[in-house]
Amino acid sequence: MSEVIVVTSGKGGVGKTTASANIGTGLAILGRRTVMIDTDIGLRNLDVVMGLENRIVYNLVDVVEGNCRMKQALIRDKRYPNLYLLPSAQTRDKSSVNPEQMRKLVEDLQDDFDYILLDCPAGIEQGFKNAVAGAGRALVVTTPEVSAIRDADRIIGLLETGQMKSIHLIVNRVRQDMVRRGDMMSVDDVMDILAVPLIGAIPDDEAIVISTNQGEPLAGTDTPSGQAFLDICRRLLGEDVPLALPNISYGLFGRLTSLLRRA
Amino acid sequence: MEHRRSAALRRGRSGAVAARRLRSLLAADQSGFPPETLEMLKNDMCRVISRYLDVDAAQMEVRIRRQGRPAMTGGDESDCFPALCTVIPVKDFRLKGTF
Repeated sequence: MSEVIVVTSGKGGVGKTTASANIGTGLAILGRRTVMIDTDIGLRNLDVVMGLENRIVYNLVDVVEGNCRMKQALIRDKRYPNLYLLPSAQTRDKSSVNPEQMRKLVEDLQDDFDYILLDCPAGIEQGFKNAVAGAGRALVVTTPEVSAIRDADRIIGLLETGQMKSIHLIVNRVRQDMVRRGDMMSVDDVMDILAVPLIGAIPDDEAIVISTNQGEPLAGTDTPSGQAFLDICRRLLGEDVPLALPNISYGLFGRLTSLLRRA
Repeated sequence: MEHRRSAALRRGRSGAVAARRLRSLLAADQSGFPPETLEMLKNDMCRVISRYLDVDAAQMEVRIRRQGRPAMTGGDESDCFPALCTVIPVKDFRLKGTF
């Protein structure tokens, strides 16, 4: 039996897809057979973030409608032997699939994988309902901003009403320098406001932009965010990994100071 | 042209401002109590209290706050209730005399 995890957030643009890509990659690096499912029908993106966009033949809707077998639609990521992607359909919409069909789809993958990772679309409508239908665990991604946290709170409420067994928080794009000078809510503030246990915090890291540009996830690489994502994967596997938020230097002045400090 | 400087002046504590705004926003979202009604309640409270004390109406705060989330803290429903919290700055504590 595999663990089925949905990565969700409510608000768009907080890093759901990036988190899905990197957590999927991290789990594969740690030797777990992992499949990532892009459930954002009509606005598919996980394939581009993973750099697998040129290998799509069939998609999620094709599988649901019986136009192909599951094996034909799954894309194996050649860089990681344990990692697969089920891409979403770009030319359809959320109503092409219903929660019951999603539950069945996830069930069909249970025997072949340790982890099934569902990348949820933004919003609280049909797409969200589809994505959470088959999941037993939810990772709520937010950033330390008022709008993202408000939407995360709404999502957490919906997940609780839907009897989601386990809900954890990922705080993305944390800038410790801004937290220190009092101009950003700290990870503790966010946890306290949302009252949900934390599974990891990701520093705001320009390496993420570079990695997305290139279509190469950075989980496990020697970057602050790459390490933070791998830490999240270890915690998912049950390891006790202490939370560490590195001090990244931003801007010219910050970099000069950190260079001087290092010298 | 005069530049807007208000945001820059408040640098250094905007994180705390965000946290405070969110706490009351989420409590209001969850209670389903309309913000306009809360404003009316605040004005009524202000009027009643003003009969006894000289209060600073401009600085008065009335918010809905809540403690904990029952599903996550493992507690029962009674551990998590919304509460009406008020801060009413009093300008003068001497009784007004006429009620």
